[in-house]
Amino acid sequence: MDYSQFLHMPEEASLLAVILILFLADLFMCKEPKDGETISQKPSAINVVAIGLLSIHTLINLLPCCNGCMQATEAFGGMYQHTPMMTVIKSVLNIGTLVVFLMANSWLRRPENIVKQGEFYLVTLFTLLGMYFMISSGHFLMFFIGLELASVPMAALVAYDKYRYESAEAGAKFILLALFSSALLVYGLSLIYGATGTLYYSSVGALFSGDTLLSVIGLTFFLSGMGFKISLVPFHLWTADTYQGAPTVVTAYLSVISKSSAAFVLFTVLVKAFAGDSLMAEWNTGLYWIIIASITLANIFAIQQQNLKRFMAFSAISQAGYIVLGIMGGTAQGMTSIVFYILVYMVANLGAFAVINVIEQNSGKIRIDDYDGLYETNPHLSFIMTLCLFSLAGIPPFAGMFSKFFIFMAAFNAGYHWLVLIALINTVLSLYYYLLIVKAMYIKKNEHPIAQFQSDGYTRAALVICTTGVVVLGIGGVFYNYIDTLSYGIDKMLGAL
Amino acid sequence: MNFLSIFVLIPLLMLLGLWLARDQKSIRGVMVAGSTCLLILSAVLTVLFLQERAAGNTAEMLFTASFDWITPLHIKYSVGVDGISVAMLLLSSVIVFTGTFVSWYMNKEYFLWFTLLSAGVYGFFISIDMFTMFMFYEVALIPMYLLIGVWGTGPKEYAAMKLTLMLMGGSAFLMCGIFGIFYGAGGQTMDILDIAHQQNGAHLIDIAQQHIWFPLTFAGFGVLGALFPFHTWSPDGHASAPTAVSMLHAGVLMKLGGYGCFRIAMFLMPQGAQDLGWIFLVLTGISVVYGAFSACVQTDLKYINAYSSVSHCGLVLFGILMVNQVAATGAVLQMLSHGLTTALFFALIGMIYGRTHTRDIREMSGLMRIMPFLSVCYVIAGLANLGLPGFSGFIAEMTIFVGSFANADTFHRVLTIAACTSIVVTAVYILRLVGKILYGVSTNEEHLKLDDAHWEERFAVICLIGTIAALGSAPWWVSNMIDSGVAPVVEHITAFAANTNLNPFM
Repeated sequence: MDYSQFLHMPEEASLLAVILILFLADLFMCKEPKDGETISQKPSAINVVAIGLLSIHTLINLLPCCNGCMQATEAFGGMYQHTPMMTVIKSVLNIGTLVVFLMANSWLRRPENIVKQGEFYLVTLFTLLGMYFMISSGHFLMFFIGLELASVPMAALVAYDKYRYESAEAGAKFILLALFSSALLVYGLSLIYGATGTLYYSSVGALFSGDTLLSVIGLTFFLSGMGFKISLVPFHLWTADTYQGAPTVVTAYLSVISKSSAAFVLFTVLVKAFAGDSLMAEWNTGLYWIIIASITLANIFAIQQQNLKRFMAFSAISQAGYIVLGIMGGTAQGMTSIVFYILVYMVANLGAFAVINVIEQNSGKIRIDDYDGLYETNPHLSFIMTLCLFSLAGIPPFAGMFSKFFIFMAAFNAGYHWLVLIALINTVLSLYYYLLIVKAMYIKKNEHPIAQFQSDGYTRAALVICTTGVVVLGIGGVFYNYIDTLSYGIDKMLGAL
Repeated sequence: MNFLSIFVLIPLLMLLGLWLARDQKSIRGVMVAGSTCLLILSAVLTVLFLQERAAGNTAEMLFTASFDWITPLHIKYSVGVDGISVAMLLLSSVIVFTGTFVSWYMNKEYFLWFTLLSAGVYGFFISIDMFTMFMFYEVALIPMYLLIGVWGTGPKEYAAMKLTLMLMGGSAFLMCGIFGIFYGAGGQTMDILDIAHQQNGAHLIDIAQQHIWFPLTFAGFGVLGALFPFHTWSPDGHASAPTAVSMLHAGVLMKLGGYGCFRIAMFLMPQGAQDLGWIFLVLTGISVVYGAFSACVQTDLKYINAYSSVSHCGLVLFGILMVNQVAATGAVLQMLSHGLTTALFFALIGMIYGRTHTRDIREMSGLMRIMPFLSVCYVIAGLANLGLPGFSGFIAEMTIFVGSFANADTFHRVLTIAACTSIVVTAVYILRLVGKILYGVSTNEEHLKLDDAHWEERFAVICLIGTIAALGSAPWWVSNMIDSGVAPVVEHITAFAANTNLNPFM
């Protein structure tokens, strides 16, 4: 075996190194408790190590030009594929995970969590590694291993607050539905294998020219499995309960990192393995209705929510609909707009979750009417929340308007004019419910508002990253321009991949 | 860096200054300094522009500059001005300047959103790239939500939400229209001038496509221009907004609608405008008359003025839809005139409301003796609004009606005559209002203790009246400037629109 092949996968290698170092550090960094103290009262410095290592990992892998991977490569006979665009999307996920780690700190410092701080970082990084493999897969088997690595530890994260029954319940719901959808997906893969005799994307793509019954059923099962991961309607039923029950930090991770990576993978697999003309028409039709259903239903449900985490769950479903809009037609422009949308959605959504989390940790309040009059007591947090919500709603000059404009433009260019119009009308609906929160914070009066508090340094760092992103990403056109130089679609596939 | 960008830069610096400001005095300092700079800048721009034109520069847009922004999508940051935009910039500066004095006692957050709104307005008028224009357009819309919601009066939450959602709904259609124009014209440029000039004798945008995208774009901008039946946000929004916001919104923001309809919808899709313009012409005709009649039956001062705005802004769209140089020049003059008079009206209503704490005309009478200055100014505003010669309203309405009657066919003439009735109805509600609240004997004991306008209020009001009178008595310098801007657009539309007679009334 040619061991130099591992050099083609620098991101995975470096993340694995981070995981191993962190594992060892966690073993030895536990401080000896003094007399009369239990171990749970001694916070270790593992958070500094985790954040530091992940930052180093993020920096060295930041851009394709930094780690010498400007060329598209493959390893292990095509099981593992790598394009510069994948480095970009992995860097986006890295930054998101870093923000999640920063905001997780105040939650991990609670007495019941101190003893298992290290596990949180490790399990999260394992899911991230799974997403890496999923993104870089060139073979359905590799894809499935990545998917499972990304889902199973996630259930542990969802059930992390095991003393709260909602968290445990959410974990059970998540794992059952995740496995069910995995089963569907594997069944779909087996049909694909039966029809073509291979699981390599490129070979499947070459053999799947017509829409035979097997290929359509295989495609349907594949789409439903991915629809579960991205939480698209009608595969979204787990989302609200899981988001509500999971610890807020994990909800943030689920709603951004997990969803975004799956959306990107859906794009790459569809354009590689299901690119045949008639098959492409099939998945475009399927996604067409899935998008309309996701955006519209999620918006209608979001309006009625009172719990902010449930609210964010429905908002995330409708945002997923917008992300998938970029897949329509499978164009290079679509890929650019998806990656840009993911980047912008990530900073905005994580910023909103950071505010929700820090308020929950300090006051235990999570309902929208608890936020009444927040501006009077915590003006800075309210302001950041407003920026993030405006970005999610697509209000300029914040980045969300740019990403929405670009993704609608891509779908419009692919010929889906009515779909774009429906999505645009839905943005007005979504603006309504985002404004409900702004209204609560600024306009409504409250006799017992959330008390004034100082947020911790880590949360502030997370908020600074998110706010900077929300303000800079759109106005600085360089981000979109750079991503565009690396993207590819059906019309412009990079090399042999 | 082109000097037009300073129009956006100053509000941004003002935002920074406001953010750093600690007490009321420095907040006022920043606002007065910034808005004075903007006023001087737009005066300088007007002088430079007139000099260039006098020197024989006949380019469609002057002082243009263009920077690559998002290259793969051909989005640029392009700026440039013609006669119409210079006039609009001047109007915006006057309103922002006087609006600052009217909202003298407001706090820092209010001024932050107010300044952000004005940044959007300035950006919109200097842009000639569709994306940049659209971005600034939305920047100008969203601060309204908080300005009305937090600092408004009456059913403010309802009004703020209604206004924001209706305007954003309009901009959703607009965004679709912009995509249609961009890809219909080949997807190579977002620059308005480039798209217009690429059509060498033929339609760059397919006619069938123009029939889809023209109504979307026109209706999208028309929502902001209070086009019937999308005008319902306007009375509620204006009635609930704080004084200076009503001024800025009715005075400047509603003009964004008319400007956009003219500059994007009609300029880029001449055939669409020719074939489907009649639908919107009927709708604006309804706006004009319906707005005037609605104003007659209102009892709230602000509602009266809001419906009057619907009527007068209807005239703006009415004028540009006539596709005729005189009428279109009149429409732009009407934008200026209505912007100034309605701002004056809202300022005075705010000042009266601040003293009497009611806007119900049934509860007020005899104010002339109690606050003579405000009352005299109110009479002047009323007379300017109903189009008395010597004020700007007369010039504008006269030009529009003369221009639109020049269309020889029955359809346009009947509509013109119908719209003319609004002048009479305007006189009815203005004179009734003035007679009711200003003259007679005050029946409310409390009102006798009230004082007249303070110095900053007097200053703002005198500035506005001065501008209105200047525009009314010496309109030629501004109308020539506007004419030079309108002419190429109207010529372009008439040159590219073949008469296909889709209008069933002709």
